[in-house]
Amino acid sequence: MTASFRIAGAGRLTPARTARFTFDGKPYTGVAGDTLASALLANGVHLFGRSFKYHRPRGVLAAGSEEPNALVTVSRDAARKTPNVRATVQELYDGLDAISQNRWPSLSFDVGAVNDFGSPFFSAGFYYKTFMWPKVAWKSLYEPVIRAAAGLGVAPDQPDPDHYAARFAHCDVLVIGAGAAGLAAALAAAESGVRVILCDERADVGGALHFEKGAVIDGEAGWSWAQKTAARLAAMDNVRVLTRTTAFGYYAQNFVGLAERVTDHLSSPGHDLPRERLWQVRAKRVILAAGAIERHMVFADNDRPGIMLASAGRTYLNHYGVAVGRKVGVYTSNDSAYGAAVDLKKAGVEVAAIVDLRDNPTGKAVEEARALGIEVNHGRAVVSVGGRLRVSSMNIAPKNGGPSRTVDIDALLVSAGWTPSVHMFSQSRGKVAFDEATKRFLPGAYAQDCVSVGACNGTDSLEATVAEALKAGEKAAREAGGTAKGMKLKVDAAESWTGGVVGSAPGAGPDTTVKAFVDFQNDVTAKDIRQAVREGMRSIEHVKRFTTNGMASDQGKTSNLHGLAIAADALGKEMPEVGLTTFRPPFTPVTFGAIVNHARGPLFDPTRRTSIHPWAEANGAVFEDVGQWKRAWYYPKTGEDMHAAVNRECVTVRKTAGLFDASTLGKIEVVGPDAAKFMELLYTNPWEKLEPGRCRYGIMLREDGFIYDDGVVGRLAPDRFHVTTTTGGAARVMNMMEDYLQTEFPHLKVWLTSISEQWAVIAVQGPSARKILEPLVEGIDLSDAAMPHMSVREGRICGVPTRLFRMSFTGDRGFEVNVPADYGQAVWEALWAEGQKHGACAYGTEAMHVLRAEKGYIIVGQDTDGTVTPNDAGLDWAVGKKKTDFVGIRGLMRPDLVAKGRKQLVGLKTKDPKVVLEEGAQIVADPRQPVPMKMIGHVTSSYWSENCGRSIALALLAGGRDRVGETIYVPMPNGTIEAEVTGMVFFDEKGDRLNG
Amino acid sequence: MAKAATAAGTAALRRPAQAGREFSAPAAKVAVLPPAERISLRAPEASVAALSKALGVTLPQAPKKSASAKGRTALWLGPDEWLVIDETGGDPLADAAKIKDLHSAVGVSHRNVAFAVSGPGAEATINAGCPQDLSLTVFPVGACSRTVLGKIEIVLLRTAEEAFRVECWRSFSDYAFTFLSDAARDSAA
Amino acid sequence: MLLIRCPYCEEERPELEFRNAGEAHIARSTNLAAESDEDFEAFFFIRSNPKGLIYERWRHIHGCGRFFNAVRDTVSDKFVMTYKAGEPKPKLKEGSR
Repeated sequence: MTASFRIAGAGRLTPARTARFTFDGKPYTGVAGDTLASALLANGVHLFGRSFKYHRPRGVLAAGSEEPNALVTVSRDAARKTPNVRATVQELYDGLDAISQNRWPSLSFDVGAVNDFGSPFFSAGFYYKTFMWPKVAWKSLYEPVIRAAAGLGVAPDQPDPDHYAARFAHCDVLVIGAGAAGLAAALAAAESGVRVILCDERADVGGALHFEKGAVIDGEAGWSWAQKTAARLAAMDNVRVLTRTTAFGYYAQNFVGLAERVTDHLSSPGHDLPRERLWQVRAKRVILAAGAIERHMVFADNDRPGIMLASAGRTYLNHYGVAVGRKVGVYTSNDSAYGAAVDLKKAGVEVAAIVDLRDNPTGKAVEEARALGIEVNHGRAVVSVGGRLRVSSMNIAPKNGGPSRTVDIDALLVSAGWTPSVHMFSQSRGKVAFDEATKRFLPGAYAQDCVSVGACNGTDSLEATVAEALKAGEKAAREAGGTAKGMKLKVDAAESWTGGVVGSAPGAGPDTTVKAFVDFQNDVTAKDIRQAVREGMRSIEHVKRFTTNGMASDQGKTSNLHGLAIAADALGKEMPEVGLTTFRPPFTPVTFGAIVNHARGPLFDPTRRTSIHPWAEANGAVFEDVGQWKRAWYYPKTGEDMHAAVNRECVTVRKTAGLFDASTLGKIEVVGPDAAKFMELLYTNPWEKLEPGRCRYGIMLREDGFIYDDGVVGRLAPDRFHVTTTTGGAARVMNMMEDYLQTEFPHLKVWLTSISEQWAVIAVQGPSARKILEPLVEGIDLSDAAMPHMSVREGRICGVPTRLFRMSFTGDRGFEVNVPADYGQAVWEALWAEGQKHGACAYGTEAMHVLRAEKGYIIVGQDTDGTVTPNDAGLDWAVGKKKTDFVGIRGLMRPDLVAKGRKQLVGLKTKDPKVVLEEGAQIVADPRQPVPMKMIGHVTSSYWSENCGRSIALALLAGGRDRVGETIYVPMPNGTIEAEVTGMVFFDEKGDRLNG
Repeated sequence: MAKAATAAGTAALRRPAQAGREFSAPAAKVAVLPPAERISLRAPEASVAALSKALGVTLPQAPKKSASAKGRTALWLGPDEWLVIDETGGDPLADAAKIKDLHSAVGVSHRNVAFAVSGPGAEATINAGCPQDLSLTVFPVGACSRTVLGKIEIVLLRTAEEAFRVECWRSFSDYAFTFLSDAARDSAA
Repeated sequence: MLLIRCPYCEEERPELEFRNAGEAHIARSTNLAAESDEDFEAFFFIRSNPKGLIYERWRHIHGCGRFFNAVRDTVSDKFVMTYKAGEPKPKLKEGSR
């Protein structure tokens, strides 16, 4: 296949370096350095896709990221398939495989194009109006059909195999955009000695110098100066030049998000490089050098393939060496399109005619075109075009009406003028100001330490742009501590891009019914915007949402200003009165991959494992997630299901003993002469009189009086407590303690240190617990007399230090062995070996839950929910009655907290002992009452208890303790369950077994 | 691995987290460091001189500063908080215990796991998940800080122009190593 | 992501290291148990939620661990100043930026 539109000698690519690719399965050849768009245009392909709503044939409008039309799907394989890639941005690589979108069965014959003829049904706001009734049809009929017919591209259905990276970066000066302005600003800043980051979304620096050939900077041709300057910058230690890098979001305090595309242009990226890299840049100063975006002309059928922006046609010629047609028309309202005509003519392409809306265009550009023999029609407009899959002719008429004549063309370059790219400025919360003279929005009041230079600041000439940029670069550097040198660059450039028109062009005015597109991607026409106004939309924000103008993935880069002008005209108001919509991140679409970057797979969220985890894993434990922790849930033996394993574990613990990994418990060491005073204030219990070597079960409230956390606290010394918290509460309890210590009780001489991860904790519970421990423990007398229930000793076990607690969360004799974490597994293994001699088992969190429930011990967060007081939970005994202060003391006195009828924790025994209630099930007093029934409580914990030979449950029940003995009802989908209200202890009510 | 001697004859094997793990990329290397003795030290200003003397290292009193002497490093973590790391088998907990001046010393040797991140891409590796400015002017050799790395908290110490010590809690060490390795792959950029 | 100056670390640090801790200068009574329902309500439940300058508490939780106070403009989201816990509430005029 020959690239027949490639012009020998034109452009900057090396024709010998070819790259093969396919589009809709058809093979083509392009040149290294091409974009997919330039490569297809070189092959004479102008039909790129179908539009979103009307399925109209569409070509390419632009040559950069503002492209609204040429969206394709690029696939490397089934998993690496990216929809909605702008062909103007996708760099060509050998083997690239692209397909068009929004067409069925084929691009040139598309069934959905009937929408174009049925378009009265698809006018502005049609979603809001058409599919309203009947309601049921939305889900079953309208939505599936709309979703299938609409949408842009198809998302891949396999996980993304690429990886993505991220980097936080800091600099003194961030320069966004590497055209002449950005390069000059970056150079001036860099030479001043400060840290500079320069980024540009394109593969090469140069910006508008991609197409503007005549400029000379510092004695060099503009393009060549740009490349040399970038190389000079990249070689400096204090500069980072990032190409293929889009500044997509401008956040508070000069925090800017950059998305760098690392491999999307490579034929075989390999696995070492990330596909994209997210840069989170914090800059002392930001220089915006984003340039300007050319606007299209809004006239009838202005979306036909072959119609594109003048600057795009010129870029394809001067950079890629591609002629966009053999007979090109130009339709403009300002000087800049003349450059395109002149360059095409000089390259040997026929320029059929220039149509200029201006009555009497003069100046160098116009003269040059005329001198080259190009026909210039002034005061005239292109009122319509011929051709459907490709433009074939233009009809030229006097702009104020009159007879038209037809000129054959195969491409039409249009320019309605240039819109300064104020997107990033607007994102920075800067306020744009309307410049009446030039009819455009320019940066007004700045909200952050940034400055705009060049075209995005409304500076039109290159000479002024470079001077402004150098000054801004040096100023920013000086403010960041650099030493400016007063750099100057000589600039020689003739072109200037002032002027132009906004809104609809002749032939597409209010009296017409033509389809003159404002927003190509969302298929919004001038007529739609007028209709929105007719239907009552007054603010541009409403017009935008009603018509979806500017809401597609291009975010209205070419359409916003036109839309605003048409709305303003229809409203009879000035543009600034109607207002400009706010620009929000991202500037161009950003992949989820870049946003997620490293945080996937094992890095999505930390997985925390205890030091005993490897043993549990090797011994067949099934794990459950508790927050970020993996906890051994149960240890099934061969052939056991969960139920059987848990039953065995529960029975074994009470019969002999069990080992339980309690390492995840939060642990805080409270140290200092005022440690006891601090404990008095943070817990409901009294602590001053707790002897060193003794433990106490403590309850912590929030100031509102509700239970926040609980745990056993051991006093190691007069000035040292070892506090335990729930697993889930570890971090927040520490935070709350620090909060009170630092801000409410700063006079206390006490410090808190998290030791959760210093100590592995092995609970040894059951009648044989002491016998298992004894052979391994040194220096601690384990007898009941020397070490009673609720005591703590320091000594050694297996030769390593231990803090040994005598405590029980099962109701049986029990110990909790704390050892330094690295020894956790070894000590566990030693205890396991001893335990085996007594028939002990390892038990997991499920058995732990059952065993504690058998004793009515609560789990904070399961049996409490942030509205439960100690009294509600039957824990009044743990509140120091003589205390004058503790966190929550006043909350507990609130009228509602002492009122009768509060929900209280009680036990439930189902009438049928085999029935296990569902946790969370609601409780009613009378199952015969009409629905909705009055709920009087709910089940908080419920298990099968093998030790009790029946089901057991805990519940929060209104006035629960007064209902003991009563029958309550739990209505379930397949029948109502009867249960008796009981006390909370189901096993060993007297507590004899603690010393058994 | 060290086996502790015991009268009962049993010997508990020390199993440090991530032992032996190492990852090398062209620009950066991540390696777990051997166990060290550590204390979390809290003290008012009045006790600093006595504690410094007892520990043999001058406790720094300015943000982000660390001080080292004879294999013992004291890292300023907060206005009354230091992490003291001893890499030579000394016992900082015992040394601090000799001081009667007001303070809190808590042993955290097993709580933390340390990694060395070294090479020309070391700074970039850490900046993949740490939002602080780690340039040499802002975070010079000897600078230290508690901060974040991806989704976890770390203590960061710059040990050389191209080397950092990263400390995290034990159960986060797998995440830390995996994150640092993933980031090291991209650290040449 | 905001930059917040920690008055203890004496430099600006990324927001990721911090945690907001609600409105500042709401002192807990030294005799809380004796407070009336109304006083307790004012202390525990009522917050000013101003449009404009707010005095609030932050904790440099992944840094030096200190709680401190800040004055922030809830409209512009800009920090006007930060200061150590226990220091008096600075008198600032609306419109200070």
